[in-house]
Amino acid sequence: MLAVRDLRKTYGTLVAVDGVSFAVEPGQLVGLLGPNGAGKSTTVSMIAGLVTPEAGAVTVGGEPLSGDTDPRKRLIGLVPQDLALYDELTAAANLRLFGALYGISGRALEDAISSSLLLVGLAERAGDRVRTFSGGMKRRLNLAAGLLHDPQILLLDEPTVGVDPQSRNAIFENLEFLKSRGKALLYTTHYMEEAERMADRIVVMDHGRVLADDTLAGLRQRAGRDAGPGASLESLFLAMTGRTLRD
Amino acid sequence: MTLTALTALVRKDLLVFFTDRRAVILTLAIPIAIASFFGSLFSGPEEGGERARVAVAVVDQDGSALSKRIVATLGTDRAIAVTQPPLNEARASVQGGRMAVAVVIPAGFGAAAVRTFLTQGQSTELELLTDPSRGAEVAMVRGLLTGHVMQAVVQESFTGPDGRLAMEDALKTLDSSGMPADTRELLRQLLQSAQGLSRAQDSGTAAPAMATPFVVRETPVTGDPFAKYNGYAHSFAGMGIQFALFAAIDLAAGILLERERGLWKRLRSAPLSRTTLLAARAISGTLITMLTLLTGFVFAVVVFRVPIGNVAGFVAMIVASSIMAASFGLLVAALGHTAAATRRAAAFVVLVMVMLGGAWVPAFLFPAWLQQFTWLVPVRWSVEGLDAMTWRGLGFADIVVPLGLLLGSSVVFAALAVWRFRWEEA
Repeated sequence: MLAVRDLRKTYGTLVAVDGVSFAVEPGQLVGLLGPNGAGKSTTVSMIAGLVTPEAGAVTVGGEPLSGDTDPRKRLIGLVPQDLALYDELTAAANLRLFGALYGISGRALEDAISSSLLLVGLAERAGDRVRTFSGGMKRRLNLAAGLLHDPQILLLDEPTVGVDPQSRNAIFENLEFLKSRGKALLYTTHYMEEAERMADRIVVMDHGRVLADDTLAGLRQRAGRDAGPGASLESLFLAMTGRTLRD
Repeated sequence: MTLTALTALVRKDLLVFFTDRRAVILTLAIPIAIASFFGSLFSGPEEGGERARVAVAVVDQDGSALSKRIVATLGTDRAIAVTQPPLNEARASVQGGRMAVAVVIPAGFGAAAVRTFLTQGQSTELELLTDPSRGAEVAMVRGLLTGHVMQAVVQESFTGPDGRLAMEDALKTLDSSGMPADTRELLRQLLQSAQGLSRAQDSGTAAPAMATPFVVRETPVTGDPFAKYNGYAHSFAGMGIQFALFAAIDLAAGILLERERGLWKRLRSAPLSRTTLLAARAISGTLITMLTLLTGFVFAVVVFRVPIGNVAGFVAMIVASSIMAASFGLLVAALGHTAAATRRAAAFVVLVMVMLGGAWVPAFLFPAWLQQFTWLVPVRWSVEGLDAMTWRGLGFADIVVPLGLLLGSSVVFAALAVWRFRWEEA
């Protein structure tokens, strides 16, 4: 469904992304892991059309994405790391705006708002201003905003940062549901247990390059005898990326 | 789809603007309050009302017929309010800033002034005690004083007692004056004729002569003969533009805040062109700045009876000024980094623009060299155009140039904004 091939992006002398390639199939959740500065966010930004790659291509359904107005962007939903919501507006008003950006209007828009709010458990707070929401509720609304136009691909950039276990669990259930409906999910996170629990495949990045792209079992197998059959993803990750502080 | 998205983005901006009702009320009320204050300063008297007079102290140390005549004629001038305190009080009033000018008529002034006028004597002095911080009032009083003193000297020289004595003295000393013979003879004839006239007037055998030869009739010149100057029109134009530009800064800060809060990522990830995204902000910015301007003018029309001479031209000026302000906001957003820092820097730029544009005080009060620069400031085109369409009563043709300049500057601002806008979202 989503494929990136040989993506490259530099900022001056800094090579942020260098020849990154991977794919996400329908009904699959791919965990994109990496230390700070590994190039994850830049990769997600290039897929979402926020940053223009210097080389390589992003393809959706086999067709390359090109330009700001490419209609295939409608197949992609972005859930940014920031709470990208208007605090001054109600939940419904936020979703009404984000739906309209994708050309949804009228009855179809109201139905989409209702069903996405229902999915994230905020149907009863539709008319409340976002500024009155807790952090967890804002995270769930952030997810609903990315889902509103029913995209086939969902880009989730650390969607559970700063939420309580209940809201995190609710988000996981939402993602399981979306997977079951055949959506392709790309999920970046620093929480290894989340990737361990949710990801069908794991892409590990560092210094702008892909270090590994495999299932958890495959990563363990690569690590060989030293890691052992029950090695945690965190230990595998540290083995690949090292223990040097990045910040 | 583009129209749906464009409408939704504009609607969102308006919703966000109107969400904070207290801020909206302040945004609309503050320019009205400030413009009302400035308008009251520059509007002049109500119809049939008294114009504020400049307080002038006159200290008559001479007590001559001429000095009394000067005091009397100054007292009839509607531009000044004359009092006659002692010298020390007059000096203290000027020194304390309670009075701009004190006129001191020294002893012997009357006789000396008439003598000098009729012959070639040494000019005598009339002392002005002035407050150096009130140059405009001092200049006005100096001008008025010159006129009144000359009028009094002429009348006194030819018809008053000091004049008669001076003429007799002048006739006695004429032969020894050293003038050329023909000039001396002509002056003798003039003085003798004036003596004759003076005696005839004293005995009642001649009609009064030497009256002021003219009176000044002021005719305000406007495009519409029924239009009258209204200082509130200018102050509401100036303050309206100033707060429209402040609203534009809010627009810029809003864009930068959207970027800081990650909202711009969500907007950019949608299949929308950059033109759509910026056009939406330009439209909502134009609508909000237009609301700021129109609210002020509606208040000014209703409360201060500001005349709208040409409705179509007035609307065109409001729209063009609002577009200029909104495109200025886009440029600020394109050049800014953080909302807080940008707000401070842009506020300074706006204050300079409105000051140079004549929004606070009319530009003709500026030094000549500075006035040339003010024509480069779009605020001046807005203020001049709105003045033309309100109290000046001019026609649409008279605002074609300011309209063109405003729209041209909008295009330049918008082009620079598009060029410099940071589109990449890492």
